[in-house]
Amino acid sequence: MASSCSRTCLQYLLHLAHDNLDFRLPSPFWCLNSLTEEDVRSVMARSVCAKSAFELWGRGRTHSELRTSLLNYSPEKMSPYVHKESTYRINVYTFNKTLLFADRIKKIDALEYLPFEGTVSLKSPQHIFCLLEDYGTDPNNIPEHPNYVYFGRWIADGQRELIRSHSVKSRHFIGNTSMDAGLSFIMTNHAKVKENDLVFDPFVGTGSLLVACSHFGAYVCGTDIDYNTIHGKGRSSRKNQKWRGPDENIRANLRQYGTQKMYVDVMVSDASKPVWRNAALFDAIITDPPYGIRESTRKTGSHKDIAKAPDGSYADSHVPVSQAYNLSDIFADLLHFSAQHLVVGGRLVYWLPVYRPEYCEEMIPHHACLQLVSNCEQTLSSHTSRRLITMEKIKEPKVCVLDLHSCCLSTELPYHGHNAFREKYFSGLNKRSSKEDTRADVDGK
Amino acid sequence: MKLLTHNMLTSHVKGVTKGYPLLIKATEVKVNDVDFNPQFVCRMIPKLEWSALVEAADLLGHRQDLPSELVPDYEKNEDFLKKVHRALLEVEVIEGCLQCPESGREFPISRGIPNMLLNEDEV
Repeated sequence: MASSCSRTCLQYLLHLAHDNLDFRLPSPFWCLNSLTEEDVRSVMARSVCAKSAFELWGRGRTHSELRTSLLNYSPEKMSPYVHKESTYRINVYTFNKTLLFADRIKKIDALEYLPFEGTVSLKSPQHIFCLLEDYGTDPNNIPEHPNYVYFGRWIADGQRELIRSHSVKSRHFIGNTSMDAGLSFIMTNHAKVKENDLVFDPFVGTGSLLVACSHFGAYVCGTDIDYNTIHGKGRSSRKNQKWRGPDENIRANLRQYGTQKMYVDVMVSDASKPVWRNAALFDAIITDPPYGIRESTRKTGSHKDIAKAPDGSYADSHVPVSQAYNLSDIFADLLHFSAQHLVVGGRLVYWLPVYRPEYCEEMIPHHACLQLVSNCEQTLSSHTSRRLITMEKIKEPKVCVLDLHSCCLSTELPYHGHNAFREKYFSGLNKRSSKEDTRADVDGK
Repeated sequence: MKLLTHNMLTSHVKGVTKGYPLLIKATEVKVNDVDFNPQFVCRMIPKLEWSALVEAADLLGHRQDLPSELVPDYEKNEDFLKKVHRALLEVEVIEGCLQCPESGREFPISRGIPNMLLNEDEV
């Protein structure tokens, strides 16, 4: 961020997309100071949550206030964009209201007091401006007049197109719990993944997170305990397809988006028993660990503790009901692993399943070498949610000859560990590689 | 499996203290064309155990005069970086296994993918 704003002390307006509402401030309009246009452009080059960014010229609670505000905006700042040789167009955007075309034209005409000297070009204007009107957030109670209006010069759009272009629907290789594209890119941004980073996912599944990271130039690797998923074998997760085809594996996913050169390796491995030498190897660790219902249940044999919902589906309940002894060790191991193998300043980003009625902030796993950066909730059902946790490594763990676990300050977790269950949960594979497909159809599909 | 990965792997067989580096027994090796990216190679070099890389490349017959010690000022040495790039990212073990140097336990590699899982009685 620019530390001083001498000549370029401008205000910017970010127009945020109306999803993942729990991850951001309530309003989709966000005014920012103390930034340069370069800062704004670099944010928009990464963000999948921001639709557009504007250089804010005026604002107000009414059009009359907007007018006053615009007439107070310095003409020197306007002049590069309104002079005689310039071409421009003005768009009208209304949040939470649909406007008739004729009304849009009226609103543009009402801005005739602006000193535009150039020519309107609808097809290829040099400069695009936007009048944005905020009609509140209640779709059942839309006011006649906007609550707030803004006017600004369009600078850049965000990367929301990636959500469509990288949609899991059109991906070669998917699994039951492949992370959707939008969230994958959000996680990549939380982890501050950048070009030439080395990123690792210890529960890689079908590689959705690695796909997103590779898009921003990181080299990627992952492990998973599921042999079939890593090898791209076994039953398909697609509705009309029984078996996976030859082009279904993580490498093929990267190839689909042109990032195959970022593929380092994937391996079949148990995340609780890491195979990496003791060094700070990774710039980021990004992962969606199993919560205990839709993945891994086959490894523990019959999961008789978990009752299906009456309609036989697990759709909403991605979190095990009896989580008290399911999950403690996954996160302890993950944090411990991250403290060992992240570079200092590197980030761990992961989902933490939560039983909402009992949630409190103290439940977030902690570690002396990792600092909590953010905690964003995504509601899954009335009583379950998952939280996107971002942590940054702030120091190296102390080296201890005996048991590395005991050296770091205790990672007090709400889910009390139960070793026998943990062993069953993680290493319960009786055969190293499964040639037979013994997967139980836990999804009821 | 690429040599970049191999350089970071160690044996986690119970009780083993000298499990690094894993010995490579390759029955099929492939050399791919991967875009040369000097910045990435420079970032990886400090993280590597250099002698393990040279040893592994040598064993696979792809050492291609990688020096036994890191050259100083390698950041500007494009020839050197290209050699390192080739060894780290282009040479790939497709079939074979990784062997723990202390216990002899073998971890198979098939279709380029190592299987590092231990049996229940080994953990």
